[in-house]
Amino acid sequence: MNRYTSLLLLGVLPLNSACSRKSESVALPAPTAFGAAIVESSGGKQMAQTGGLLPQPLVVQVNDEQGAGVAGALVGFSAVPGVIFDPASALTDSSGQVSTNVSLGGMAGRYQVTVTTLDKSHKTVELKVEEIALGYQQTLGRRLNDQYCDRCHNAESTVERVSNYDNLEIKPHPFTEGDTLNKMSDADLTAIITYGGPALNKSSLMPPWGNTLSKANIQALISYIRAVSDPPSRSSGPIYANLHGESHLHTLASPGVTTP
Amino acid sequence: MKEKIRSLWQKLFGDSVRAFGVVSLIFLASMAIAPAKNFFSEWRHYQHGYQRMVRNRSDANTLQRHFRGGIQQIWLPEMGAVDRCTSCHVGLKEASLSDVALQPYRKHPVIPHNLDQFGCTVCHRGQGAATTVAEAHNSTLAWEQPILPAKYIESSCGQCHGGPLLGTPQLNQGRSLLAREGCVHCHTVKLPDGSLMKATDDPPSLSHIADKTTREWIFAWLKDPQAYATTATMPNFKLSNDDARDISAFLIANSAPVAGDTLSVPATRSTDPAAAASLYGESFCASCHAVQNAAGNMVGGNLGPELTRIGSKVKPEWLQAWIRNPRAYDPGTAMPHYRFDDGQVASLSGFLLAKTDSDLLSSVHLDPATPEQVAHGKRLVSDYGCASCHEIAGIKKPENFAPELSRIGSKPVTQLIFLAGMQHTLPDYIAGKIKQPRAFSPGLKMPQYTLTASQIDALTTALLSLNDRSYALPASLSVPAPAESDYQPDGKAGKLMTDLACFSCHRINGHGGDMAPDLTLEGSSVQRDWLVQFFKNPGTLRPAVIRRMPRFNLADAEVKELTDYIMTVYQSPTIDRDSMPLGGYPQGQVELGKSLFYGKYSCQGCHIVDTKNDKGYIGPTLTHVGSRLTAAWIYQWMKDPQSLRPGTMEPDRAMSDEDARALTAFLMSQKVGGSVTKTAKTGSPRQEMAKK
Repeated sequence: MNRYTSLLLLGVLPLNSACSRKSESVALPAPTAFGAAIVESSGGKQMAQTGGLLPQPLVVQVNDEQGAGVAGALVGFSAVPGVIFDPASALTDSSGQVSTNVSLGGMAGRYQVTVTTLDKSHKTVELKVEEIALGYQQTLGRRLNDQYCDRCHNAESTVERVSNYDNLEIKPHPFTEGDTLNKMSDADLTAIITYGGPALNKSSLMPPWGNTLSKANIQALISYIRAVSDPPSRSSGPIYANLHGESHLHTLASPGVTTP
Repeated sequence: MKEKIRSLWQKLFGDSVRAFGVVSLIFLASMAIAPAKNFFSEWRHYQHGYQRMVRNRSDANTLQRHFRGGIQQIWLPEMGAVDRCTSCHVGLKEASLSDVALQPYRKHPVIPHNLDQFGCTVCHRGQGAATTVAEAHNSTLAWEQPILPAKYIESSCGQCHGGPLLGTPQLNQGRSLLAREGCVHCHTVKLPDGSLMKATDDPPSLSHIADKTTREWIFAWLKDPQAYATTATMPNFKLSNDDARDISAFLIANSAPVAGDTLSVPATRSTDPAAAASLYGESFCASCHAVQNAAGNMVGGNLGPELTRIGSKVKPEWLQAWIRNPRAYDPGTAMPHYRFDDGQVASLSGFLLAKTDSDLLSSVHLDPATPEQVAHGKRLVSDYGCASCHEIAGIKKPENFAPELSRIGSKPVTQLIFLAGMQHTLPDYIAGKIKQPRAFSPGLKMPQYTLTASQIDALTTALLSLNDRSYALPASLSVPAPAESDYQPDGKAGKLMTDLACFSCHRINGHGGDMAPDLTLEGSSVQRDWLVQFFKNPGTLRPAVIRRMPRFNLADAEVKELTDYIMTVYQSPTIDRDSMPLGGYPQGQVELGKSLFYGKYSCQGCHIVDTKNDKGYIGPTLTHVGSRLTAAWIYQWMKDPQSLRPGTMEPDRAMSDEDARALTAFLMSQKVGGSVTKTAKTGSPRQEMAKK
């Protein structure tokens, strides 16, 4: 069965070999220290187009029991085949941090990245981070969001773009607000976008977009909203997690051995 | 041993009957190989797997009914595609399989096209006719075209779609980078419609460079353009000190002065720095020019060059002349000719000249140039193709300086020379070449660009879309880019608009930039008196917008010329400006409009009418809209905003005539009490943001 699945996966993501092949020949550096925990510093929950590079690197920190950064600990990154890490493993720097550039797989959805290191007793310490790959429809939705929705639905301002969120008497739901939005069906979302807030007895500050946006565009917006919701929406599809949990951990224990 | 073989031979082929029997058996067995091979084929294996997976699902019946065994094929003779991919990718069209993670069974993600009409390889590449995974997806001995990695998939949209699409940001970015980063100055790119891709950057002429800057700065710039300005488009040619010395010597020796492009303003430079900074701000220099602030962030636009270290570059007398009238030095510049007076020129130039970087030129010490150095510099300028981008007196723009890229997306892998350790695929080759051109051979002329990883991916995507298929498309499939118009207004007003560089920001009749509103219908939109006032003192219409209309200090006659032209020529054929009165609407209608504004349509979410209570600042402030816009325009805007400004954010509310009229009446009642521009200046959220 295992061979069967891996064969299938090979069939799906033929080009992921680019990275794995590279890492085959690279010998892992030897760890000079061991930590007790891994924490995410930055770079989780980012979005990229399918197969694309995340805009910011994923940065994690290895801490000791007191929560101070540990330099020289070996950290490995793994995910389903198709996700490329550059580098896939590295030693922490003087502040205990490791940074890697992540390219997501070719299918839209959420990708779970497993970050591992070893503690003093050579047991595995793990951290799971999620990243989001957007397919065509979600990418289109994201552009439409930038153009029509973001100014009100996103409370954050940038120098280039001031948010209108604070000016609204009744606050709109940010699209990441999964607790609320996941309870709404696609039909509900379509109705509120098409006919405006009053369609669901909500504020008329939400205007109707049915004459401005095509049905396909509204569909695309909903698929984007589903893709970014936190906690994840069920209709955003499967979460690509590394089912073969062993990753290349065993090789971390014995420095010098190459990754599989 | 020999004995054994002999006895075995005897047993099998001892007599002719025996031999006939054995040979028949062997023949039969070998005959069975073909059907067996077929039976154990990969596609059959995947189809069995699909049936097993489907069996336990609640929608098994539907899925089983849709399933068709055997080799499946999509044949598109027009596009030369024979795609058997659906033999293994069985569930591509099954909506309920969109949540299946196991490939090859997942439903195809939603795209705007029908799989039966476009097949698979048209977008994904690979070998459509193959029926094994290895042959279909990879490049093998017999087949050359591997599957296109997902991150470049948008390049396939670009095969048919010549213009930008909302759903393909990477392709759009790549195409604009190709035009903007100077690629097409050296590389010819002939588009499928036969036209040449045009550069959108404007590298300066070097024929008069000695007026503008010093030889030391040119040397430092040539050595490392990004050390002067991190946003510089100029790539790094990795020149040796001697080569940079000689090129700078040649450029200075070759430069001829331009009459009237230097100026000595009597006023001293030591003007009030706060006043100068506020003049810089009021003139909205930052709409086009960026300056790196203390925190290291770039603040400002990218239409003009970065000004962080401008004081270390330009000669003061040149800068003053440039500020007074940039068109004297460069008639084609995108910079407007502000009508600054001497005091303002002195003040602004003083402010800019203070932006220096003492490290930049501190280590540059050049001895006077010898004739040999100048001659060598000239040779280098020809060798490196400097004149492909820059106008240089006495040097002709080279033709076909670099390889043509028109069909780069179909270049056979066998014609490429790869670096050691590199994947032997075309996308990897293109990306590698852009990333580090000289890694492929130290003798190559292509310079080193400062591009981010995502910019390289975008460029690669755009280049991959230039392939054989894009040139051989059936006419019915090709969607060319909207033609760029070369509209120019005529007469005196036209000259004035060129002088003020209106088209750097505004678009009119399909020509011009997209920083500021399209003015094609401006004459139907605004009232004449408002326009006159706006030219004299442009106030803020959209408080949240960072880029604003600058004040050009126009003379009254110039304002009249422009206003007359705009009010007469830029009119909508469907709006009669005078069909509705500018005021005098019945109080009842105004009140109804007000209640619609705050109630049914909740316009205050985005617009401000009452500065005390309304806060929305996505759309323009409407406090004095009754003195700004015509009633006929507002009415039409209420009915169908997109018909007046395609792509505007204002939602189309499908308003009844009665509602639209009432809202028009209410908005037209919002007239100027005092000055038009006074209100908008205070409390701009943008200014608060900038302080942060």
